[in-house]
Parts: sequence; structure tokens; C-alpha cells
Amino acid sequence: MKLVLTEEEQFLKDTAKSFADERSPITHFRSLRDHNDPLLWDQDLWNEMTKLGWPGILIPEEYGGSDFGITGISVILNECAKTLTPSPLFATGVIGAYSITNFGTEEQKQKYLPKIVNGELTTSLAIDESSHHNPANTEIIAKKEGSNFIVNGKKTFVIDGASADLIILLARTSGNKGDMAGLTLFLVNSDSKGIDKIKLDMADSRNYANINFSEVEIPDSNILGDLETGGETVEDILDIGRIAMASEMLGNAEAAFEMTLDYLKQRKQFGVLIGSFQALQHRAAEMFCEIELTKSSVMGAMKAADEGSNELQRLSSLAKTVAGETLHLVSNEAVQMHGGIGVTDEYDIGFFLKRARVAEQIFGSSKYHTERYANLSGF
Amino acid sequence: MNDLDKFREDTKNWLDKNCPPSMRSGADPTIPVDEVWGGRNAKYKNPESKIWLDRMGEKGWTMPTVPKEYGGGGLTKEEVKVLNEEMFVIGAKSPLLSFGIWMLAPVLLEYGTEEQKKEHLPKIIKGEIRWCQGYSEPGSGSDLASLATKAEDTGDTFLVNGQKVWTSYADKADWIFALVRTGPKEPKHDGISFLLIDMETKGVTTKPITLISGKSPFCETFFDDVEVPKGNLIGELNAGWTIAKKLLQHERAFISNFGLAGAVAGAGSGRDVVSIAKKRLGEENGKIKNSFYRSEIASHKIKEHAFGLTLKRAGDEGGKASATASMFKLYGTEHNKKRHELMVAASGVDGLAWDGDEFDENDKNLTRAWLRTKGNSIEGGTSEVQLNVISKRVLGLPTQ
Ligand SMILES: Cc1cc2nc3c(=O)[nH]c(=O)nc-3n(C[C@H](O)[C@H](O)[C@H](O)COP(=O)(O)OP(=O)(O)OC[C@H]3O[C@@H](n4cnc5c(N)ncnc54)[C@H](O)[C@@H]3O)c2cc1C
Repeated sequence: MKLVLTEEEQFLKDTAKSFADERSPITHFRSLRDHNDPLLWDQDLWNEMTKLGWPGILIPEEYGGSDFGITGISVILNECAKTLTPSPLFATGVIGAYSITNFGTEEQKQKYLPKIVNGELTTSLAIDESSHHNPANTEIIAKKEGSNFIVNGKKTFVIDGASADLIILLARTSGNKGDMAGLTLFLVNSDSKGIDKIKLDMADSRNYANINFSEVEIPDSNILGDLETGGETVEDILDIGRIAMASEMLGNAEAAFEMTLDYLKQRKQFGVLIGSFQALQHRAAEMFCEIELTKSSVMGAMKAADEGSNELQRLSSLAKTVAGETLHLVSNEAVQMHGGIGVTDEYDIGFFLKRARVAEQIFGSSKYHTERYANLSGF
Repeated sequence: MNDLDKFREDTKNWLDKNCPPSMRSGADPTIPVDEVWGGRNAKYKNPESKIWLDRMGEKGWTMPTVPKEYGGGGLTKEEVKVLNEEMFVIGAKSPLLSFGIWMLAPVLLEYGTEEQKKEHLPKIIKGEIRWCQGYSEPGSGSDLASLATKAEDTGDTFLVNGQKVWTSYADKADWIFALVRTGPKEPKHDGISFLLIDMETKGVTTKPITLISGKSPFCETFFDDVEVPKGNLIGELNAGWTIAKKLLQHERAFISNFGLAGAVAGAGSGRDVVSIAKKRLGEENGKIKNSFYRSEIASHKIKEHAFGLTLKRAGDEGGKASATASMFKLYGTEHNKKRHELMVAASGVDGLAWDGDEFDENDKNLTRAWLRTKGNSIEGGTSEVQLNVISKRVLGLPTQ
């Protein structure tokens, strides 16, 4: 496993960087937020991303994708995160594309993948049911009735849940809360009868929803993967999501750090640049080191995913933990080092703080993954 | 069979014949273990330590990439990788610990004259001459460039007067590479020269300093009218600072390996935080029983893993060493200190054993090792100095 980007991956990264800088600087996100946009992402921008082939990066060529791999999509998310670019790329291009490509039946693949590739279909993953990530705690029940399953219950904090066309739902077909066994994944059209999406207003102004399921009928043929093994399947999907999210969070941290460094080199107090104060210099140098460690952790995890390494789970938890801790530190220090202006709404740095805390929770916090890392490491 | 496969085969055979049994993993634990530093006065508790050093030195494999004409192995990078792998397979001990190898040789190769390279490199590689580092002085630690030990030009020789301090192993070393002031009127960085001095020269004396660990690995070193041949100057007169800094990068790169080397060597040897914690705090379903220790150890292990990946990434990127040496030095040493703190804490009061028969040898060694790590973030430039270097050179932050 070589911890460097291939030429192709570097090319994707460079393209994403110019795209983010030119097409979606932070003002783009700010304007969506200010106008209380119902999607909180922009359809035209998503169309442009689609033209670049991004939703199809994880999808095989036979379904119209480019099959560039986890590293490929993750470096794009990394660059987009630097300007806080909102889009369905994570929930659809990573989660949806990966899930259906790897666990879908041939029929499901033909039905959904080409539509993901051309930007027609967006997806969301509905797992959690309380304020803390924990797939094993799934209580929502899918009850077999004839050739259908009937679902009742509530899912919380579904990313892109307010707008996604297709919901990937984790439900219990047997067993009890706390068991990883007895879970099954379903593909559910979000306009099915009995589905009620309640848009959430979160600190980071992104697209989330709580989703109520009341007597929702799902045909057998919509099971994703196998009955009762959804626990394993969803862990696999989540690990990919965690790696991609860690790459995004690294991008957030890199950008917030860069903005802070610029500020240290331009703001004067006591007649000198504040960046000449050692108290600030050392904290900046420490952040630099943490960011370097995060780059390596994310790189190790992305490469492990692409190479199908048996270290994938541990590296996914490693990446999510390290990225979470680094972003936590950097987002706090960035605000502090900006002084008063750092806590104003007008200045962009506060956006990174709000985005950071939400991202830290997505698919498990650093605490969750530290514990998982220890379990997987045998101590 | 391609050349590299052939090399592997030959290396395997050679190691098989030449690496003595006590120099490999699975050695008889009753045979005493030497810390082999070589030199004129080296003493060996186990004669096989010397045999192993001589054989590896003869091959030039203590510095495998150095050209053969200077006594090195003349191997390519790929061959060195093979050599390391084959040594790893049999658990071969590193034959020689050496400041000459880690610090001096790389700058000799870069700045030495042909004659100087031919004179000094083979002796470093064979472990015949043991070197020490004469940088720090009582008034010049972090502010190294303010050093005052002076070398006056007397025609044929330099006349050296002054004092060095914290000179590791000065009392055991044969030669010292020293920074001396040759240009008292020049700005401080532009009046320093890099000089090699034989410790047997008249006027050189050393006095050991005892550390908190109870050991005295380093000394004060005094120079009273010491005459040094002019041919011992490395590089140009008054251009020693550049060489000095280059050497520090090699030193820092080396020290940063402590962060990991210890961790790798620790696994299985009992000097490993997880096994200590499981043994002393209890184990339940394979987990460390005390959840507070467990979470702290897990966080530490995660950092260790991330640091390991960072070293690997730097290697894979092809080593922009100068930009990252300070980061690795800082991180590796702070990490090593933390690891020892955790091992001591997890050991309870036994982790503070000093002496006597009531305590296990391992525990007594751990106590001393823990105290020794406190020097890691001081030697080779303190952690604060590394942060300064990163702020200024890497991040480009302004000076006042
Ligand atoms: C185990 C060990 C082995 C050593 N071996 C050798 C050797 O073989 N040869 C040799 O020449 N030297 C050796 N040294 C010396 C070592 O290089 C010095 O101790 C080191 O450079 C620090 O200098 P000092 O001790 O004078 O501390 P000082 O420079 O006086 O530092 C005291 C404190 O002030 C801080 N400080 C100083 N300047 C700054 C600044 N600009 N900004 C912020 N903080 C600052 C330091 O970080 C430190 O915390 C060794 C030291 C140790 C501990």
C-alpha cells in the first residue's frame, strides 16, 4: 500500500479544487443559507458536478460510471469541503452509489445506477433513531406480510433526507435493540405512501430530515443485500462513508487553518503582525502537525478501501477519530485566533465551527470510533 | 532469477552463515546483551557481539548505501530494503549504534574532502572509531549559534579553548565533531566552523554528569589549548553553521524514530502499554478492565498508528525531509514520553521501582527508561525549538 495519490486521483483533486474555487466559493453556501433554501444545495451546481462525472465515480463503467474508487471520490469531497460546498455528492455519490453497486441485485443496479450517474436520482441512508450514532440500536420494525414488509417507526438525522428520492433504510426484521443480527436494509422510494419527511434546521445549515414511517409497504424485491445480514452490510457501507467523511473533514480543517494562517500574517496589534507572537505560532505549528497526521490517516484508510485490505475497519475508525479530533481543535483555534471578528456571522470562519461539530457526529463521533478501534485491536 | 532475487538469495545465505545465534531472535536469554557502540575501548560481555559487528562492518552493511570506496555496502535502495527484510526475518540485531553513522557520516559525504571521507568513513562503518557530538555549551543550548568555544589559527593548527556540555558519551568516545568559533568579529552565524578533534589530544578532558535516571551517559568536555591539525576542518572556514544545521536534520530524523521504534520493539517484549495494562489492571473479555486507562491507551494507540502512517507517507512521497524533520522530532519524542508515562501509570507503584531484590528487573528498567525519555524532547533541539522551526520555516510566520 503506497500512501500517495495516483496521477488519476491527483487529476480529480485538481479539477475539484478549481471547481470549488470558481463555481462554489463560500459565498455560494452563505447565499443558500441566507435565503433559507429548501434543498440547501443548488440544482444547477449539482448538474455541473454530474457533467464532471462525480456521482458515478464509484459506479462501474457498464452502468455509465467511471469506477475511479474511494480515493477518487474522497479527494473530490476533500476539495469541495474547503469551500463548504453543499451538494448531494456524499449521500448519493458515496453512500448510494457504493451501496447499490456492491450489494444491489442486477435488477436494482440497472434500475438505479444509471440514474445516479446522470444526476436524476439522489439517495439517503436512514440508520439512526436517537441523538447518538449506533446502528445496533435500531428498533424500527419491518414486518413480513405476504410478499411485502410493513414498516412503522421513526429515523432521525437522515443526511439529505429532506430531498432524497431513494431512502436506504435499516430496519429490524428480528432480534432486539442492541443486536447487530436481525437487521435488514431496504430501498424505499421517498414518495411512498406513509412516509413523512420533517426537515431539520441544524447549526450547519445542511439538508437533514427526520423521517416517519407509518404502515409503509416495501416489496420483497427491494431488500438490499440479504435478509437479516443488514448489520454487516451497513457496517461496510458506513466504513466507506466514514472514510469519505473524514476526507471532507480534513478539507474543512485545512481550509480553516489556511484562513487562520492568512489572518496571522495580516492582522497587526501592538505594532506587529499577530503571527509573530510565539503563543500563537506554537499553536499554529501544533495544528500543522495534527493536520499532517490526519492526511496520513485518511490516505491510509482510502487506500485500504480501494485495495480491500483487511485493516479497513480499523483504518476507517482511525481516520474518523483523527479527523474528528483535528477538526475539533482547528475549528476552535481558528475562531479564537481571529479575535472578535471570529465570532461574527459576517465572517466565514464560524461556518467551519458549525460544520465541524455536525460532521464530528456523522456515522459516529471520535469517542465512538476510539472505542471501536480498541475493540478491533484486541484491547 | 533477476538480480534482486539473486541478491536476496545471497543475502539470506550470508546471514545464515554469519549472523551468530545470540544476535538473532530466540537467543538464549542467559547470554548477556551488549549495547554495541564500537570504538577503541569497546568491551564486550558477549564475544559474538564483536564477531557480528566485524562481519557486518567488513561488508559495509552498517551503512549499506555508502559507496564501497568509503567502506560502505554500495547497495541500491532496493537492495537495502531486501537486506532489512532478511535481517527482520531472522530477527537480527542491529550490529552497531553510532553517532558517526546517524549524524556525522551523512554530512561527511556531503561536505568532506575526498581525503577526509577516505580517512573517517571506513572507521565509522566498521565501528572502529566512536564519535561524540560537541555542540551545546553552558551558555549556548537552544541558541546554539551563540557558542563561544574558540579555535584560533596559529599557522599549522587551530588552537582550541572552551567548554562543551551535555556531550553524550564523551568519556567513551574516541573523536568529537565540534562547533567552534573561528570568526569572532563576524555575525554569530557566520563565524562558526565544523571541526573534528581526536579526544586523545593533549588538553581534552571530560567529566561525567549524572542524570535523573541515575545513569551518566553524558559529560562536560573541556578544551585547554588543544592543538588540532588544519586538515580536520570540514567545509570552509566560518561556513560551519550550514553543516551544523544539516547534521541536526539527520539527528532529528533519527531521534523521531524513537516514537515508533520503541513501540515496535515493545510489542511482545513486555515493554508494551497494552500488555502491561492487561496484566496489572486486569482483563475482561480481552479488554483492559479499567475503562479510564483503556480510553487513554486507545487514544494513544490511535496517535501512534497515525504517526506510523505519516512516516510511511513521507517515505512514499520521496522524503521532503527538511520540511518534516522538525515535525517528526517533535511528535516522535512527545509520543515516546507519553507512552512511557502510560506504562509507568499502568504499572502502579511497581512502575517506579528503583533498585533492590523486591522488584522485577523489567520494572526497574522501565523506571529508568521513563526518566530517560524526558531528555528526548530536549536533546537535538527542544520541542519548543521544533515548534519555532515549523512556525517560521514551514508556515512562514513572521519574526518580530
Ligand atoms: C539526553 C541528552 C543528550 C544530549 N546530548 C548532547 C550531545 O551529545 N551533544 C551536544 O552538543 N548536546 C547534547 N545535548 C544538549 C541539548 O542539545 C541541549 O540541552 C538543548 O539544545 C537545549 O539547550 P539547553 O539545555 O541549554 O536549554 P535552554 O536552551 O536553556 O532551554 C531551556 C528552556 O527554554 C526553552 N527555550 C529556549 N529557547 C527558546 C525559544 N527561542 N523559544 C521558546 N522556548 C525556548 C527550551 O525549549 C527549554 O524548555 C543533550 C541533551 C540531552 C537532554
